[in-house]
Amino acid sequence: MDWTWFHRLGSPPHVYRIAGRLTPWFAWPAALLLAAGLYGGLVLAPPDYQQGDGFRIIYVHAPSAWLSLMIYSTMAISAGIGLIWRMKVAHAVAASCAGVGAWFTLVSLVTGMLWGKPMWGTYWVWDPRLTAQLILLFLYLGYMGLRQAFDDPQRADRASAVLAVVGVVNVPIIRYSVEWWNSIHQAPSVMKMERPSMPVDMLVPLLVMLLAFTLCFVAILLVRLRGEVLARERTASWVREVIAQ
Amino acid sequence: MREFLAMGGYAAFVWPAYAVTALAFLLSIWQARRAHRLALEAARRRLAMEEGEQS
Repeated sequence: MDWTWFHRLGSPPHVYRIAGRLTPWFAWPAALLLAAGLYGGLVLAPPDYQQGDGFRIIYVHAPSAWLSLMIYSTMAISAGIGLIWRMKVAHAVAASCAGVGAWFTLVSLVTGMLWGKPMWGTYWVWDPRLTAQLILLFLYLGYMGLRQAFDDPQRADRASAVLAVVGVVNVPIIRYSVEWWNSIHQAPSVMKMERPSMPVDMLVPLLVMLLAFTLCFVAILLVRLRGEVLARERTASWVREVIAQ
Repeated sequence: MREFLAMGGYAAFVWPAYAVTALAFLLSIWQARRAHRLALEAARRRLAMEEGEQS
């Protein structure tokens, strides 16, 4: 088997160029799917029989919550790869994840509060899932703070990677909190083994939004990664070529 | 249209939720592009300085 593609993933100039070339292929589909998902979720989907139009918060809440966990997993896996194989590019990916992940964790918390107020009667309860999601936000913030605390980028990479890998235990806790504990949070209606418990015209916009958010994250990650790779390799000769272009 | 904006009485919760999400998208995109631009500028300055030293 030809492994050159794998070795090239570790090469900063290659990653910089590929990331730049791939970005529009994720950004444009993401924009189109976002528009379609918004129209489907806000206009086409019928009001919920219990929650009326209030349930439409799901179309931004569930995809943000999904992203918050997906981004953290991506960050922890890249950080782990960086630790084990001392791969600079893997550390750069992990560092690029944190900011976006923190934003979407915050969005999942705020949209959840705005959904909780009319449905549960309160913005916040110290429920297992809500508490674990708040801890996820602190993990992201701690990761970013830790990176800032080091002047030497390699030490920052290693220390923050350990935090990212250890913190990954929180991901399954959030995912299964609703099943393990008696939670106020409603059970998942899409991400489960049986058939989703949702009518099709409500479900399709949600799936479209999940895909749109994911593609959008990849596009943002690619732009972040270019900046991150460039910042680490300021003196390398390939940078000269990149700038000349 | 007015009926759509009213969101069946949930307008005060639905629209802020969508606004916060839109804000997070715009901020993440802006931050990513800004970080890339700043890295390019820093690299350019550094290379210009190196060339200045050589000549």
